[in-house]
Amino acid sequence: MDTVKNIVIAGLGGQGVLTASDMLAEAAFRAGFDVKKSELHGMSQRGGSVSSDVRYGACVLSPMVPEAQADVLVVLEATQVEINRPRLRPDGVLIGPELIGPEALANRKSLNVALLGAASAVLDIPEEHWLAALHANLAERLHKVNEQAFAQGRAAARARAGGQPH
Amino acid sequence: MTEARQLLSGDEAVALAALHAGVRLGTGYPGTPSTEILETFDRLGGRAQWSPNEKVALEVALGVAFAGARTLVTMKHVGLNVAADPLFTAAYTDLAGGLVVVSADDPGMASSQNEQDNRHYARAAGVPTLEPADSQQAYDYTRLAFAISERWRIPVLLRMTTRVCHSKTVVHPRASETGAEPTFVRDIPARVMIPAYAKPAHERLRAKLAEIAAWNEAEGPFALDAGDAALGIVSTGVSAVHAREAAPQARHLSFGMTYPLPLERIRAFAAGVERLVVIEEGDPVVCEALRAAGLPAEGRPERYRFGELDVARVRRILAGDDTPEPVPPKGKPPELCQGCAHRLVFEALRDLDCIVSGDIGCYTLGVLPPFSAMDTCVCMGASIGVGLGLRHVLPEEQARRVVSVIGDSTFVHSGLTGLAEMVYNPPPTGHLVMILDNGTTAMTGLQEHPGTGRALDHSPTNQVCYEALARALGIADVLVVDMTDKGLSLKDLIAERLARSELSVIITRQPCVLAAPKIRLYDKAAAATCAATPEPGAEPRLAGG
Repeated sequence: MDTVKNIVIAGLGGQGVLTASDMLAEAAFRAGFDVKKSELHGMSQRGGSVSSDVRYGACVLSPMVPEAQADVLVVLEATQVEINRPRLRPDGVLIGPELIGPEALANRKSLNVALLGAASAVLDIPEEHWLAALHANLAERLHKVNEQAFAQGRAAARARAGGQPH
Repeated sequence: MTEARQLLSGDEAVALAALHAGVRLGTGYPGTPSTEILETFDRLGGRAQWSPNEKVALEVALGVAFAGARTLVTMKHVGLNVAADPLFTAAYTDLAGGLVVVSADDPGMASSQNEQDNRHYARAAGVPTLEPADSQQAYDYTRLAFAISERWRIPVLLRMTTRVCHSKTVVHPRASETGAEPTFVRDIPARVMIPAYAKPAHERLRAKLAEIAAWNEAEGPFALDAGDAALGIVSTGVSAVHAREAAPQARHLSFGMTYPLPLERIRAFAAGVERLVVIEEGDPVVCEALRAAGLPAEGRPERYRFGELDVARVRRILAGDDTPEPVPPKGKPPELCQGCAHRLVFEALRDLDCIVSGDIGCYTLGVLPPFSAMDTCVCMGASIGVGLGLRHVLPEEQARRVVSVIGDSTFVHSGLTGLAEMVYNPPPTGHLVMILDNGTTAMTGLQEHPGTGRALDHSPTNQVCYEALARALGIADVLVVDMTDKGLSLKDLIAERLARSELSVIITRQPCVLAAPKIRLYDKAAAATCAATPEPGAEPRLAGG
């Protein structure tokens, strides 16, 4: 299981947590990995806390990211950072909503995709699969604005890590 | 067949398998986490219908199976309580087409009122039961369930859990088959369960189960991982993958059919290991069965009966670690949406200090602040009966404050008989039932029901009219309230009725704020279809208000 990547995406109902984790799982799937994605979404539409686990690698067993084993934690809502922080491993990467300023996006609803873009900068999935997954999970009229959000997030994460944004 | 590889939820995998198995009709009632099965089956081109409740869904399916066609019935765990009556006796009958009943259990109660373990139904009703661990097994076991159902002419239970239903994992589908063409073949002793026929039918059922047990020993699905003999782990369902991750060095046996159990296979496994531990969620069903068979099965502390298992919890069980588990931080609880008409109802009930007999749906959230306006909630439809019971015995001052609150989908599901009870046995102070009609089954994700006038695929169909129904039952005071009316004082309307000693029904009507835009689209599509096709000449609504 050492080769398994663990990602947790969290936020509030209505923010697109599950859409983001669908895209991530699909991108990993398209890249040829074994993938498991898991969440409980009975009450998610009523504004409560939502989180979704995605695991990918050569062979994934449990669909749930074990406690304190997330390599990457993506949080869409500031109030949800602390309650999800225990999911992250000590050397894991936290991607919070502050990475993308409130004015940065053409549509704030794309925050989920922007932060996914940030996560993509630290995950070993080729960019073509991310874009294909994004297209497969969104209506066509939303493709452009979300491609842009994804690129912004990816650039912001690279800038923060000291890499070269492109 | 790499091109066929798909990433599917357990629910989607069951739907795809049903399609590939040639299912002619899928029935069910929405219930988290099972709802997506029929929705997906419909989307894939299958024929699917929501029934008013799970009992009716299973009965319709039984008719399909008697007609020689394959059928799938889906419900959440508590739905099987409602469908238990047909299930127990359907097990006695000889089916012609395959009948698979999906029970989606909810260990941990992500969105349920209890965490009952429906594997007990397998044993109690005598129906073979398969338990998938992931979407591939959900697909494979659905296909297998149809084969077993037809070979032994018996209903088969597919026991899913929330984690399996809602997790997406990789599935390799297989070639489709087309089920037999339906035709009626009379077989009275096999299908008419009067005592003269039911007595031999019960014996037939037990003989079938003995044959299925033998089949499970010889050919049933199982996975055996060679490992260190010091620790042998027997696991089922999603626990099997947690266990393999938690103890990769151990020897593992997991199997797909948990009733009847492959006891001899497990006995052979047990003989080869030093320590035998059973890892299962919910009640210790397998563990107790192994102990009853004389196997030295080690269970787990009582605390693991509650909630889901995960890798960390399995490690604790194996290590005998009884230190307190970390309590997960509390997230933000769900709440009634802004703009939801239910909010106004619970504000009024709170302000009037009503004793509220509640029911199952979004509106159960009326129990939480700022409303705190619900006093009981037990099962689908209970609001009416419980409210009547309270009215019958409470002192008058309290009895007059009792109100039953039920949603539109829940009302069709199990409220009709409660209303008949109210007419038949009216309390001395009368009673008030409020039907909160938001035009959808909101909590489970906006499904249609007989009161919406739209079928599962949102196309127009006959509509049950609640106000006409209540009046037809003999309730004189039936009031329909348009909740968008700004001049309305719901509080006054309720107070007036609580002061009287009559039977009243108030129907509060406003589409769910989440459903409203979709309903507009369905109506638009229906209007376009109407305009494009010649007038059928018959009014499609049965009792339109």
